[in-house]
Amino acid sequence: MPRTKKKNNFEKDLKRLEEISILLEDNEIGLDDALALYEEGIKLSKNCVKKLNDAQLKITELKKDLSEISSDT
Amino acid sequence: MAKEIQILSVSELTKEIQKTLEESFSQVSVIGEISNFKQHISGHWYFNLKDADAVINCTMWKGFNQYVFFTPQDGMKVVLNGKITVYPPRGNYQIDVRSMKPAGVGELQEAFERLKKKLEAEGLFDDARKRPIPTFPYKIGIVTAIDGAAFKDMISVARRRYPLIELVIAPSKVQGSGAAESIVDSIKLLNDYGKVDVIISGRGGGSIEDLWAFNEEIVARAIYKSKVPIISAVGHEVDFTIADYVADLRAPTPSVAMEVTTPSKEEIFGFIDDNLYTSSQVISDMIEQKKYSVVISINSYGFKNLLDVIIGKNQTVDQIISKIFQSVDKLIFTTKNSINLFSSTIKSYDIQNILKRGFVLVEQNSKFVGSASEFIKDKNAKLKFYDGDIEINK
Repeated sequence: MPRTKKKNNFEKDLKRLEEISILLEDNEIGLDDALALYEEGIKLSKNCVKKLNDAQLKITELKKDLSEISSDT
Repeated sequence: MAKEIQILSVSELTKEIQKTLEESFSQVSVIGEISNFKQHISGHWYFNLKDADAVINCTMWKGFNQYVFFTPQDGMKVVLNGKITVYPPRGNYQIDVRSMKPAGVGELQEAFERLKKKLEAEGLFDDARKRPIPTFPYKIGIVTAIDGAAFKDMISVARRRYPLIELVIAPSKVQGSGAAESIVDSIKLLNDYGKVDVIISGRGGGSIEDLWAFNEEIVARAIYKSKVPIISAVGHEVDFTIADYVADLRAPTPSVAMEVTTPSKEEIFGFIDDNLYTSSQVISDMIEQKKYSVVISINSYGFKNLLDVIIGKNQTVDQIISKIFQSVDKLIFTTKNSINLFSSTIKSYDIQNILKRGFVLVEQNSKFVGSASEFIKDKNAKLKFYDGDIEINK
């Protein structure tokens, strides 16, 4: 299955966010590490929300001769 | 003169027959059952039309059969329009079919059931081969009419739920003759394109004739062969097609198909909020806890009653000092005692030395008598020599 970086990143960012909240919930890390993780989580969240809010659906039309016509809507 | 019978060549006779037949049957409508259906690479159709007692050959050229919305199947009852033609090289006649339609809606239903049974037996519907549908796709391939309502619906769902996505449409005819071939081409096109994670193939609802392309065998086989998972979304909820059975997933409508394979923006926001909320809860709890332990420390006995502690320490110091004093006193006392002891010993040694030289000590009432005037005559006395005492009793 073809996969691209861009796609992986969004999914990965969400996974990481979940991971962070689990790590924090486990309560086994010190305050400094916790704060660092929290900061990372905030950054990831902002990033994801921004990406989604800014996203413009892309539509590509395939012609039978495989040429692509791209149009942003 | 006997009437001479005209002798004709085979060609001449055939020509006569051809003329007669083709003129008499230049336009016929026939109902019958299809058998021996064959589609040649050229696109022409060859089959027989039969009933219980007779059979007639049929041909349907590509130029005409492209307008038939379904692919005939053996056993299907159809109504044909066409004309009789004679083919001299083989000496046979056939119907040159111009149009064809199912003898009734029931015919399509039966064709559907037959194909379903056949493909099911071949394993095209097996659950085991159904692949998972990605929930975070990057590119979604779409096989539908580019100007259809289904595509518009899918666009609006994608835009609302997950605009990060790219829709790649392979425009396709989804109704009428040639639709099945067009769908097959589009599925292949998207497979060749290779960058889509999932394909949605479908159209809006309609009559069984409208939807028939999705009941065609070639479409079923193209779906089966697709390397990319396919969601079949044909019509309204109640419409089931062969394509639905073969596809990796069947969605009741194209909009639902788009919903199934895209995460929702709102859900993602919710997910982010939940995780952030949990994280910030944990962090604030941690900070509260630290704060609390600082407060505990500040309010602790040690901090709050520092003075008490100092006083307490003072007491201890005092105690220690008084202990030291006591010990010193004790030491002094013991020292004094030993000094006393020593000195008396020293003294007694001095006296002993003197006595040895012949002196005597007189003792009365446990006291040494130092002069004659102190001596009391009628009282007991003790004479202390260097080598012993003598008691004088009165």
